[in-house]
Amino acid sequence: MKPASFEYYDPTTVDQAVALLREQADAKLLAGGQSLVPLLNMRLARPAVIVDLNRVEGLDYIRRTNGHLAIGAMTRQRAIERSELVANAQPLLHAATRMIAHPQIRNRGTIGGSLAHADPAAEYPAVALALDAELVAVGPNGERAIKAEDLFVTYLTTALEPADVLTEVRVPVLPERTGWSFQEVSRRHGDFALAGVAATLTLGSRGECAGARIALFGVAPTPVRARAAEEALAGEAPSDALFERAAQRASDGLDETLSDVHATAEFRRHLAQVLTRRALTEAAARAQAAR
Amino acid sequence: MEMTPALKRQVRVTVNSQPYEGAVEPRTTLVDFLRGGLGLTGTHVGCEHGVCGACTVLMNGQAVRSCIMLALQADGAELMTVEGLSQGGDMHPLQQAFIECHGLQCGFCTPGFLMSVYELLQHDADPDDDAVKDALGGNICRCTGYQQIVDSVRLAVSKLRDAAAVEAPGGAS
Repeated sequence: MKPASFEYYDPTTVDQAVALLREQADAKLLAGGQSLVPLLNMRLARPAVIVDLNRVEGLDYIRRTNGHLAIGAMTRQRAIERSELVANAQPLLHAATRMIAHPQIRNRGTIGGSLAHADPAAEYPAVALALDAELVAVGPNGERAIKAEDLFVTYLTTALEPADVLTEVRVPVLPERTGWSFQEVSRRHGDFALAGVAATLTLGSRGECAGARIALFGVAPTPVRARAAEEALAGEAPSDALFERAAQRASDGLDETLSDVHATAEFRRHLAQVLTRRALTEAAARAQAAR
Repeated sequence: MEMTPALKRQVRVTVNSQPYEGAVEPRTTLVDFLRGGLGLTGTHVGCEHGVCGACTVLMNGQAVRSCIMLALQADGAELMTVEGLSQGGDMHPLQQAFIECHGLQCGFCTPGFLMSVYELLQHDADPDDDAVKDALGGNICRCTGYQQIVDSVRLAVSKLRDAAAVEAPGGAS
């Protein structure tokens, strides 16, 4: 199908974009368009106004500053995939990027768009949650920072206000003695995940599990931390038995597990456990290698 | 709901090194502009939601799905479509390889495959099979079963290498 008619604006500054969002009723931001334009084509979305961010200057960069990577919201996924800086400083983000759809999609898709779209089965929201990323948004009252933890509200819904423009994603670099893993199961490479896990595991000075962040995706209306599994690891010596025990807690509290034609809720909960075990095993091996 | 008449805007693009210009409604996708507006019907429209890859074209050297881009977003861009592959009536080695290896049957998906492979070979002149499959994961073919397409890429790589050897020094593109 073809999109319904809309008015189109392509501002060149963030302030212009915010002003347009304030002035225009029923306006929608267009970033990479790899989710929004399909929705327009199928007329599942029929905004009156499109505000296109693709001609806004200065939202496309990857920098390292003060212990984190600062990534402009309009940075294409392909640029992140090809960035040596990202591969070295935050290999989990790098690995997850390669799992997003296909190269042709990643040539257009952006990190900010993916986070703002907040698809529960998408890679970046879970990575942002696992890595404790911070998002910078500019709105009518200026700039503010939002923790990834506070961003995702429910299906395709974030804490961003209607006139907010996401401008930057701040991702902490991988700490010392920390391993990571990114696991997902999808029917075909490039499909949305039926379930997935983004995890980091930090070992303490005695080699014990000093801290873990486990984010599940594809299983709930938003990406979620597997807190019971994280807590089961605290202070314990890493072992297959420990990871098995922790993984069994990965689906604790998932009472709104997605269930659809692709996979039942039960299957997704099972995948969450299996993938958590694999993720912890891989992350621990990487952490030990990094010591 | 009140419908405001959508104002047409002018788009200027370079397609296969030729300048083109046309007026489009904002909602016009790039593939519809290429086909309906410019008459370049080599690019095919398949699923219209970014899944099948038939509409793949190069924008500023990068493979993109023209069904999920707006024509207005291409304003000022350099595009390359499947029509830009052959030179002076001669098939591009990539196209010739697809013929020789039966990398197509009905041909509907072929323009998208060719452009995806073209982009891959710009970055990696001798990709291994995994790299080929990764680059083509977003293109769907219902005829060939894909193996012949991978074979076609292999043959294209050797054809391009031979052509470069013949034309060197100076270098083929």
